[in-house]
Amino acid sequence: MNQMKNFTKGFIKENPVFVLLLGMCPTLGVTSSAINGLGMGLATTFVLLMSNIVISAIKNVIPSKVKIPSFIVVIASLVTVVELVMQAYLPALYKSLGLFIPLIVVNCIVLGRAEAFASKNTLVSSAIDGLGMGLGFAFALTLLGAAREFLGSGKIFDIAIFPEDYGMLLFVLAPGAFIVLGYLIALINRMNKA
Amino acid sequence: MEYIIIIISAIFVNNIVLNQFLGICPFLGVSKKISTAVGMTGAVTFVMVIATIVTYLIQVSILNPLGLQFLQTIFFILVIASLVQLVEIILKKVSPSLYQALGVFLPLITTNCAILGVAILTYQKEFNLMEGVVFAIANAIGFGLALVLFAGLREHLDLMNIPKGLKGTPIALIVAGILAMAFMGFSGLV
Repeated sequence: MNQMKNFTKGFIKENPVFVLLLGMCPTLGVTSSAINGLGMGLATTFVLLMSNIVISAIKNVIPSKVKIPSFIVVIASLVTVVELVMQAYLPALYKSLGLFIPLIVVNCIVLGRAEAFASKNTLVSSAIDGLGMGLGFAFALTLLGAAREFLGSGKIFDIAIFPEDYGMLLFVLAPGAFIVLGYLIALINRMNKA
Repeated sequence: MEYIIIIISAIFVNNIVLNQFLGICPFLGVSKKISTAVGMTGAVTFVMVIATIVTYLIQVSILNPLGLQFLQTIFFILVIASLVQLVEIILKKVSPSLYQALGVFLPLITTNCAILGVAILTYQKEFNLMEGVVFAIANAIGFGLALVLFAGLREHLDLMNIPKGLKGTPIALIVAGILAMAFMGFSGLV
């Protein structure tokens, strides 16, 4: 029961994007379509899950003075793994996410969970926390990407809902990211209160 | 002439915050007052320029000759993290008043993706060292411009009558969207 709660909190109640407002750069930068959002979300989920596991496993060995630098090295190595794998197997996605893949290193969610959760809890609950938070992040990015893609070009996951001519290009461009996210957060706030 | 193009493009056309989405965390986090926004800009400018120079030299003199390009991310983030620490220690000794003013913002800069982003972009765009420095300074100015403008708008927002559901972050994001729309007017300038 407790582990279940631990897993599901990342989706709405403590959603990293909508509620905690962490990791805003990739959230706004890559969500011009649902598939990009999903790709970025899953890449971050992998890093988050693995870094929580590794850090939870070695937490007793790290001296507290060099805690943060060691966390960053662990995270940066995992990001490099993701970067190389993506470059090899998903070159199209790698290209469209571009700069934001190496920038997973400085995504506050990853370091935040390492510091706030994995460095204090057992391996299993850290893994569950990482997976839940990561999937919550992926969920938020996919939702935002789908909303922007729909408003901007009338498609969701490249499936046409209405003709592209009626789309408002603005929502695929930079300003649309801010505006759609603003309204989504307002909506989630309202749901959390109810 | 080349430098002027780099500067205008980095400040207005491809503004690092409003167009590239780098450094959004401080953009939303420390933009409640103009004075803190100015302080943050100072700290970011300082670290961004030094980080760009150091990472460039490491890339050219260590990573490239040894064929270790895949270690770029790890090296760069370590350099930035230690630089921030170093700057903090030096400032504390040399200029306590500046240290006091920037105090809170310095540690936050490590996780500012604008710094790592500019360092990687300098390498990706194949700038030389001088162009890299100009690029870093221009991006820091662009960051500061967006941050100060946004802080000014948010100070006004405090006095407005905003619908209940939109109070706080939602309205800030929508205002940022409108600001980004204004910056779109610069596209095609270069």
